[in-house]
Amino acid sequence: MQLGELKLGESAVVVNVGGEGQLRKRFLDLGITKGTRVTMARIAPFGDPVEIQLRGYRLTLRKSEASIVEIEPAEDSE
Amino acid sequence: MITAALVGNPNCGKTTVFNKLTGAVQKTGNWPGVTVERKQGFLRGAPKDDILVVDLPGIYSLSPYSPDEVVSRDFLIGDSESRPDVAICIIDASNLERGLYLLTQVADLRIPMVVVLNMMDVAEKIGMRVKADALSEILGCPVVETVGTKGQGTSAIGEAVQSAYEERTVPRTISYGNAIDDCIERLIPIIKETVRDDLLRWVSLKIIEGDSMVMAELDESTAASARSVVEELEQQVSDDGMQIIATARYKAGEAIRDGCVEHTESVDESERISERIDRILLNKYLAWPIFALVMFTVYLVSVQTVGLAISDYINDELVVWVQDHAAEAMDSAGVDTVVADMMLTGVIGGVGAVIGFIPLIALLFAFLVFLEECGYMVRVAYMLDRVFTYFGLSGKAIIPAVIGIGCSVPAIMGTRVIEDESNRNVSIICTSFMPCSAKLPIITLIVGAFFGASALVITSLYLFGIVMILISGLFLKKFRGFIGRPSPFVMELPVYHMPTVRNVMFGVKEKSWSFIKNAGTIILLSAVLIWALSSFTFTGEYLGDSATTDSILSAIGKALCWIFVPLGFGGSETWELTVASFTGIAAKENLLATLAVLLDSAVGIDGLPTMEVLTEYLSVTAYPEAVAMSFLIFNLICAPCIASIAAIYRELHSHRKLLLALLYQCATAYGVAGIFYQGYVLLHGEVGLGVLWLILFIAVPVYVILSKRPFGFITGGKEEVQE
Repeated sequence: MQLGELKLGESAVVVNVGGEGQLRKRFLDLGITKGTRVTMARIAPFGDPVEIQLRGYRLTLRKSEASIVEIEPAEDSE
Repeated sequence: MITAALVGNPNCGKTTVFNKLTGAVQKTGNWPGVTVERKQGFLRGAPKDDILVVDLPGIYSLSPYSPDEVVSRDFLIGDSESRPDVAICIIDASNLERGLYLLTQVADLRIPMVVVLNMMDVAEKIGMRVKADALSEILGCPVVETVGTKGQGTSAIGEAVQSAYEERTVPRTISYGNAIDDCIERLIPIIKETVRDDLLRWVSLKIIEGDSMVMAELDESTAASARSVVEELEQQVSDDGMQIIATARYKAGEAIRDGCVEHTESVDESERISERIDRILLNKYLAWPIFALVMFTVYLVSVQTVGLAISDYINDELVVWVQDHAAEAMDSAGVDTVVADMMLTGVIGGVGAVIGFIPLIALLFAFLVFLEECGYMVRVAYMLDRVFTYFGLSGKAIIPAVIGIGCSVPAIMGTRVIEDESNRNVSIICTSFMPCSAKLPIITLIVGAFFGASALVITSLYLFGIVMILISGLFLKKFRGFIGRPSPFVMELPVYHMPTVRNVMFGVKEKSWSFIKNAGTIILLSAVLIWALSSFTFTGEYLGDSATTDSILSAIGKALCWIFVPLGFGGSETWELTVASFTGIAAKENLLATLAVLLDSAVGIDGLPTMEVLTEYLSVTAYPEAVAMSFLIFNLICAPCIASIAAIYRELHSHRKLLLALLYQCATAYGVAGIFYQGYVLLHGEVGLGVLWLILFIAVPVYVILSKRPFGFITGGKEEVQE
């Protein structure tokens, strides 16, 4: 599953950050690393970009960009 | 002297702390990327040695991909002789993990470090208590707790820096797990010959990461053997180096966090005030109406009602009063008529026309600074992104555009928030399409004279600026050098906060000041020069109060005004508009100052170019309102003032690109004003040669935008560049 496919309010855990170069590095720098818990917090009025909650803060990114992040649904729900 | 570098994530309050430390008044703002250049100042009340504090742009890591990250990285690495003596690492206590991720990288640089835990108040509110002494124990360097906005704790930073410097409190080496630590041990002997001792650990980690800048500095054989060591690690962990290091650094950060954070009563994240505000302001259905309402209110209050009333009072009452009294005084003192005329028409008339708009502009700035500071502006970028990507731009392009409502110079510098170079170039070139504060007086005057000072028309002109930026996105994308994808929209939405009155006042003062300074210098000079050129003939004969028809300036204007025939104001009876357009290049305020001097005698009414004067002046043309609007559009879009041109050059780093930028701006202005005027004429049933212009002005951009094949800059030729 990809990060962009997460539905509003759903949580998941990052499995792998794919892609390459600048965008990938930026995601890693911002804390989207393996095992990080992410929650879909908001979707912009026109459906894109989206807002992800992670590590106690919120990050905006476009769905197309989020597609490089592989996730699996979180087993527990905090 | 101790040099201390301020490092931290974007929007973690670095600049606020910097201002508190140095007493400087650098611009702060509530969005990431406010500091785009290095700024420095001496620490006030330094305990012993002088401490030079250098404020670096906010960064997430030391692997720079954007220009402002390069600035920070270069400064921190320095060279063997000049490195900062102390790194002050500022961490937003409410966003600890990300701050610690950057801290681990700075720690690897082996510079004595002071950690500043900022925004302690925010952290407590969300149920986190960060224990500074525990953090200090883990890291092995001084930790200071602060609330930068209130100035709490900042006074302790000076002493911490002094002691870090004296005791060289380089942080403890941070472990990234056995696999990575072993790999570093094996890399160090390989690179020992070529890399500075103090950077061995950092460079090793960068090699594992595959950092292109670090790898490029290694010679071939070193790089190859280092690479094989890294490959072993990658196989062992079955992951790639970049992801291995990032994951390990965050893990190390989490471990540090666990050692120093106490969770107090946890407040539900979603119930935070910011979240509640966003539920309304970013609501699927309400977001757009609210944005439109906010912008409309800003212009309604600052331009149409309150601001205009004050400006009118100054223009109609105060300046006239000054002029009358000055005239009387000079008359009774027996001042030469030429000098008196210069003072009254040139100096007081020209400068007065500009000064009158200061209240209006200050009010507009107050609103804009408030919107920027409170955190709404970034959310506008977030909202608009979907629309902007359609035109090949990023929503972030709205930030320089809105700053450009104030002044194009900081706006052009602000384009650095856009990472992608081709995207950034489009913004650099097009940001001045937004009507800046200096263009506002001429907008107010023309809209006042011909469109009943409608706030709707004025707001539309700003929308028009944005539309022109968007269309330029599509247009320029067809040229080599501008082809690119929309910059990623990976950013943080800052928490809303109420800007302090002081911050807003400072922003207003800073922005209005350049306006006032211009009025006193370049506009004063231009006004006097224009007065002189319009009052004398080529033979040096003084024309005095008689018409300026024989003046030097009218000769120049009449010689050049044919250029603007397709735009409707090229007739010899409106040559003044041609002259005004040219003087606008020095400063846009000049448009008004020039008209103030010229129309005085053209219409034979004393005083400023009021709406009545302008209406009467243009009554000789067939479609006065279309001529006025065409003139306005041309001047909104065409090459900006000298200061902005210099800023464009600084950002584009190339004479050739600058020239092309100016050509594009002027051609676009010409084309769009032409479309408006000729379209207006056609709609009024007058079919003439103008239709050919209309077709040309529309066909060229449409052809370029629809073209599948990109154009080269040189081979593109004149036709393609014109819009």
